[in-house]
Amino acid sequence: MSVTSLDKDLDNLTLTLVADFAAPVERVWQLWSDPRQLERWWGPPAYPATVEEHDLTPGGDVTYFMTGPEGEKFRGWWRVATVDAPRSLEFTDGFADEDGVPNAAMPTTANRVTLTARDGGTRMEMRAVFDTREQMDQLMTMGMEDGLREAAGQMDALLTTG
Amino acid sequence: MVVDGVAEEAEAGTDRLFQALADLTRRDILRRCGRDELSVSRLAEAYPMSFAAVQKHVAVLERAGLVVKERRGREQLVRTDLDALDRARRALDELEGAWRGRVARMSELLAEAPEAGSESPSEFPAESPSESEPETTHQPTEGQSR
Repeated sequence: MSVTSLDKDLDNLTLTLVADFAAPVERVWQLWSDPRQLERWWGPPAYPATVEEHDLTPGGDVTYFMTGPEGEKFRGWWRVATVDAPRSLEFTDGFADEDGVPNAAMPTTANRVTLTARDGGTRMEMRAVFDTREQMDQLMTMGMEDGLREAAGQMDALLTTG
Repeated sequence: MVVDGVAEEAEAGTDRLFQALADLTRRDILRRCGRDELSVSRLAEAYPMSFAAVQKHVAVLERAGLVVKERRGREQLVRTDLDALDRARRALDELEGAWRGRVARMSELLAEAPEAGSESPSEFPAESPSESEPETTHQPTEGQSR
């Protein structure tokens, strides 16, 4: 199976995933670097992605939209931070409104992808971290607290720290 | 995060949730109403602002699903809905679903002939197409909704 491990760290709002592919690093990199290939896996089958801008250079943007079953469009963007082809890529991704303007009210994630050769194939490690805006942090802290339901009083402490 | 295939209403819901939480007074209202049901007028006594202003804050929280209002006699009682707080936690689960789906699709693409072109390149094969890779598990549940 290709997903080798997956870890969700609620404290740090981080998803870490390791996947192994039976293809060379250069081939896996193409899935990211070729917009026509990227759009075949980024969105789920029911919401196929169309990549418009695709500038994989530091500071560059990738913009795309996904088309839903009713023809509705969901726009998204990446802002590329670092690129070291074919080994690593860091970018932030988020949603945008219908004019392509980033939607500041929606959480964004910072992603780091690394590809390394391993056993004749490629290991892809992906780390996605939700942005750390105060309300998101707080929301997660609150949602995570065990027994919160029973101990509503704990909300006191949790919420006053904001 | 609502990553993929999200219904517009879910997106708008997250939007409202974050906006509702982005205000100190509203977080304080959540705190107070998590301990006890309070009437809007009792709440209003706690803040240096008008009854109407407090009522507005409560309305924002209510629209975001963070509080529930109940009428009791002449009073409106406000209670914090703790379930709503779990929603953000599900964001990570959704992200997981999205990435599991992505990895599965990446595997499928890689399993195609490297000299692409023999068969329709833009459709996902309905069933496991792989000659060499036994690893095509579909993740129909990705982007598990709310």
